Amino acid sequence: MKAKIRKIVTFVEETRTEMGKPVNPPTRRAAAAAVIENPFAGNYVEDLTELMEIGEQLGALLTERAIAALGIPGTSAESYGKAAAVGEDGELEHAAAILHPKLGTPVRKTLGKGAALIPSSKKRGGPGVAVDIPLGHKDAAFVRSHFDGMEIRVNDAPRANEILVAIAVTDSGRPLPRVGGLTKDQIKGEDGLR
Amino acid sequence: MPEVQLRKRVIVVEEVFHEGGPVATVPLRRAAALAVIHNPFAGKYVQEIAGFMEDLNPLGLEMAKALVAALGGDPKIVEGYGKGAIVGQAGELEHGALWHVPGGYAMREILGNAKAIVASTKKVGGPGTRLDVPVTHINASYVRSHFDSMEVGIADAPKGNEILLALVMTTGPRVHARVGGLKASEIKGQDGLR
Repeated sequence: MKAKIRKIVTFVEETRTEMGKPVNPPTRRAAAAAVIENPFAGNYVEDLTELMEIGEQLGALLTERAIAALGIPGTSAESYGKAAAVGEDGELEHAAAILHPKLGTPVRKTLGKGAALIPSSKKRGGPGVAVDIPLGHKDAAFVRSHFDGMEIRVNDAPRANEILVAIAVTDSGRPLPRVGGLTKDQIKGEDGLR
Repeated sequence: MPEVQLRKRVIVVEEVFHEGGPVATVPLRRAAALAVIHNPFAGKYVQEIAGFMEDLNPLGLEMAKALVAALGGDPKIVEGYGKGAIVGQAGELEHGALWHVPGGYAMREILGNAKAIVASTKKVGGPGTRLDVPVTHINASYVRSHFDSMEVGIADAPKGNEILLALVMTTGPRVHARVGGLKASEIKGQDGLR
């Protein structure tokens, strides 16, 4: 493993009721986050290949951790998202190098299909910074019931020379979706959009 | 006493490989089980609240079991524990104190004959409030290597009329523990202290 991992944190959220109304079956989301050393902290480095390769490794590792935490096979996942928070001695482009070029392929391999873009967010921040991971349906980005987000935090990360990398996976959409739009049973799954 | 109404459950597992020093042979794991329940006493002063403690016992047991499961299923690997509560703004601190008995009972029940008092903390707060749950050794409170804590919180809880309940278990000492004091190997295990 290229990534020097200090810590891995997994989160599982299960919503049973919303405004007193039962959510049946409960909606569940999981996130897995790795805190890694930023090899380029403190310097401007032109070639970010190393971070791209780290992204590929974390794509597999964190997706596996997230579905294990949900206790489901990858093929039962419905939506996904990814995010990174770079410590103060790094740059936003470091997050981009991890998230965008190579991380998605192993995520899709683990979950099956995944025609839709993996929604993402990135920021720079200190330890404990809140990371809002955007969520969208993995096969059709326009499925409105699955537009969502999951907040995670790790109180001691990222340190200045670290990057927090997170992948979120769900087996469901929002708890009581009722704002219309494309539903998951209408997915064609060809273009990743509808 | 009123029935326990559960809105949401969250499980968080941290796996710590190092904190700048040598990589641990066995990583330290900390797990938290959080439950967001309706506060039946929110919005008014109620004199008789103690009966609710018994109502919380089944939830406590469920959370303690979920924690052991999240740590791999063997209660023998659990070495530290703690508990806490965040009471939503329409409640009072005393409502958080209702968790002392059921939370402690549940972890002792699941862990066998843990002898030490379960370290705890509580506060009143709004959604997203963070709580540093103190952690000590399950059989001897003075074991210095196991003085630890885990920060927990949920972005959308507790609402005004809710209580966020927390249980925490850990699998070992701080990852680079080296400030002396009573060691886990020196526990007499008679009084829960040493």
